[in-house]
Amino acid sequence: MNLKLKALSKSIWVFHVSAGSCNNCDIEILDLFCPRFDVERFGIQLVGSVRHADALVITGAMNRKSVPRMKRIYEQAPKPCVVIAVGQCALSRHMFRYSYNVCEPLDKILPVDLYIPGCPPKPEAMIDGIVKLVNKIRGIKK
Amino acid sequence: MKLLFNFLIFPGFLFSVIVGLMACWVDRKVSARLQWRVGPPWYQNFVDIIKLWGKETIVPEDAKVTFLFAPYIGLLSLVLVATILGRALIWPQSGFSADLIVVFYLLAIPAISLIIGSSSSRNPLASVGASREMKLVLSYELPFILSIIAVIIKSGGAIQLETILNSQSLFKSHIASLSGTLAFAVAIFCAMGKSGLGPFEISEAEQEIMGGTLIEYSGVPLSVFKLNKALMLYVMPVFLTMLFLGKDLSPVFMSLKFVMILVIFILVKNTNPRMRIDQAMRFFWIYMTIPAVLAVALAVFGL
Repeated sequence: MNLKLKALSKSIWVFHVSAGSCNNCDIEILDLFCPRFDVERFGIQLVGSVRHADALVITGAMNRKSVPRMKRIYEQAPKPCVVIAVGQCALSRHMFRYSYNVCEPLDKILPVDLYIPGCPPKPEAMIDGIVKLVNKIRGIKK
Repeated sequence: MKLLFNFLIFPGFLFSVIVGLMACWVDRKVSARLQWRVGPPWYQNFVDIIKLWGKETIVPEDAKVTFLFAPYIGLLSLVLVATILGRALIWPQSGFSADLIVVFYLLAIPAISLIIGSSSSRNPLASVGASREMKLVLSYELPFILSIIAVIIKSGGAIQLETILNSQSLFKSHIASLSGTLAFAVAIFCAMGKSGLGPFEISEAEQEIMGGTLIEYSGVPLSVFKLNKALMLYVMPVFLTMLFLGKDLSPVFMSLKFVMILVIFILVKNTNPRMRIDQAMRFFWIYMTIPAVLAVALAVFGL
């Protein structure tokens, strides 16, 4: 297998973007880094800058203000980079579906690689999703 | 030929990078255990570096040439330090006069490379980080010089690593005296400031200025900066061991002392929150410089 790809799947640095969420998904994401789930076992780390990121974790409904910023953030991330949509709002706009301010779901704007539904999703569900994504990345390039 | 081998492989680049990355892993593992987590496997830092080689390198618009150039300057000087220290440990006759001064100056270069690189990236947060790094350099250099001067006085005015090691192996370690203990405590904190650890990671505060000095770096240059940090974690404990704990430097004791100083770093890092830059300057200029001056005075009186 490709060494760089294997290294990428063993050390995913996550940049956490909130596109106007209610903070519930964000708290559940931070749970992943706490003692109970501890994803640093698998080399997953939160980083401060987009330039270091391998994965963008996006929460919240995409409102008109955040759409251009989201596009810029995605362009700033060094490729290869995956986009993970966390929570029902990022997936399908959830309860803001008929809002004047929230026009499109996330996957109409950015290429989303992984959807994690839930309001908020459980940390177990997120770990499960990341495992599936890693397996998929490794399987395709085999 | 032998010099090139020394520089590239044994006490130099390859060896020190491997030991430094393992030291980084010890740092992450011990921090994780202190927080009741499990922590990453031992190869995690190697994987990180290899991954960064495969990533895209983004150069910001209007960045200066020094943006890509700066990390390698720091790497070069740190490898040089590792080579000089390793040669002084293994082949004591091979040192040149005043290599302590050379090591001291070379240890200042990584911080300068960080300042140059981040200020040529034209990012406002990076310039905040660069200014913080500059103030940090200003604050820790004075007590560090003073504690080294105490060591020099105690070993009879020698500015050669070989002579310092000899005087320690003939009599006793410098730490086994009052002035030595004071100077060692000061030097530990200064070394932590130098390697940007724990309460002194002000310049790359991830939570407030998003990585600060490293904010615009990605791909290979970022991996070189990570290597710089790993090499710092190898070089600083070895340097402190040679200056203060140089009584018995057989490989077993050397590695034990290395791990001990590393664990002291990690414990201080994990039990202290990050300082503001003004707190750090006050800490170094008052609470560290006064004991350092005291250590020099005691060393003059032979205590």
